[in-house]
Amino acid sequence: MTTLFIILEVAGMALAKIGAAIGSSIIVLGASYGISKIGATALESMARQPESAGDIRSSMVISAALIEGVSFFAIIICALVILL
Amino acid sequence: MIKGFLYTTLLTIGLFTVSSVKAEDSINNAIDSLQDTTHITPKAEFNAGDFIFDHVGDAHDWHIMTVGDYNISIPLPIFLYSKTRGKFYAFFSSKFHHGHSSFKDFKLITEGELKGKIAEIDSQGDVITASLPIDLSLKKNGAAIIFSCILLSVLFISVANSYKKRPESAPKGFQNLIESFVLFVRDDIAKPSIGEKHYNRFMPFLLTIFFFIWINNMIGLIPIFPGGANITGNIAVTMVLAFFTMVVIFINGNKHFWKHIFNSPGVPVFLKLPIPVMPVVELASWIIKPAVLMIRLFANMLAGHMIAMVLFGLIFIFGAVNIYFGFTISIVSILLAVFMSILELLVAFIQAFVFTMLSALFLGMAVTEHN
Repeated sequence: MTTLFIILEVAGMALAKIGAAIGSSIIVLGASYGISKIGATALESMARQPESAGDIRSSMVISAALIEGVSFFAIIICALVILL
Repeated sequence: MIKGFLYTTLLTIGLFTVSSVKAEDSINNAIDSLQDTTHITPKAEFNAGDFIFDHVGDAHDWHIMTVGDYNISIPLPIFLYSKTRGKFYAFFSSKFHHGHSSFKDFKLITEGELKGKIAEIDSQGDVITASLPIDLSLKKNGAAIIFSCILLSVLFISVANSYKKRPESAPKGFQNLIESFVLFVRDDIAKPSIGEKHYNRFMPFLLTIFFFIWINNMIGLIPIFPGGANITGNIAVTMVLAFFTMVVIFINGNKHFWKHIFNSPGVPVFLKLPIPVMPVVELASWIIKPAVLMIRLFANMLAGHMIAMVLFGLIFIFGAVNIYFGFTISIVSILLAVFMSILELLVAFIQAFVFTMLSALFLGMAVTEHN
């Protein structure tokens, strides 16, 4: 009985780590999907109208940084799960 | 004048290092190195976690390098208030000898849960874990911030003086460089977000956070002293920056701003009274906006430093298995680390730009007038 509890306890910690690792890979999927959509449409619109390339480039960088900010928020939570 | 200033700073820093190997200290160091050799365990195990977190974290002295068994580090002042004894203590961190000796019943803990903290020891030499002393010491990040503040002041005051000395002529040299960045902040960040009428009020604040974040990010990438302290990757520093943004937004918010938070038009009354759902949600959103700024900058900078440390740590991890593995992986590792550092230079600018841009956007939202 006690060995079962010990195994469950160890497995619990391992489950948390697996959860954090899988969560972080899902975050990467979401963030890269979003930023790739921004990059693709930005490139298309820069090709359509080259004189507004500068404006589009700065808007692209800002939107990418905002999405990255959200993903870093979630990454910090995964890091907290592993470390605390 | 700047040369004299820089020479004085270099001299003071040189005095610090010299003082750490003064005559009496050298005797203490000799005794300590004898003790070290008895304490030392063979370093076959390379602890990657410790390697990474010791680099990106804070410390009570500024460690430069370890030559064999001897640590070369710059001691920093430690200020402690002991709650059990009710007294205030101030001394240099060299008294702790990197955690090997205790001083005035204080000890720097190097292992375990309280790692990196200073704790009191009782008469038997055991650590009192019940209450830790209040630690107000100037740690590595604090000393690095002081250095970067001095650097920023020297740079920008010299630029301001060159404007005063030659008021009607074209800018040249360093003044030219700073002017292009200031105009970038004004024309691409402040004016579009805040509008023509109010942007001038906020230019000092926006310029301060832009250059503070950018230059501190870049100083953090320099591996040798005085760079290399992970300042903007410390959540306390970014919390203060985001807190300043929040304070400036709340102080400068006009009547429309507060009206939209507490009594937003178009929202039915049952969401505002008797239980104020919408006001709480709106107020929380204006606290969360600066908090996200804090997390974005902190996580970006911390992640960049950790990636570089992991790549370098790979060399030692592989080297622990077989020294020739370590040599082979070091080529790949160094190339990757150089590439990541170039990316980090770009990220340093982008993060400063995004922080300033979002602060300007929030300020614009706070001061717009509705017709």
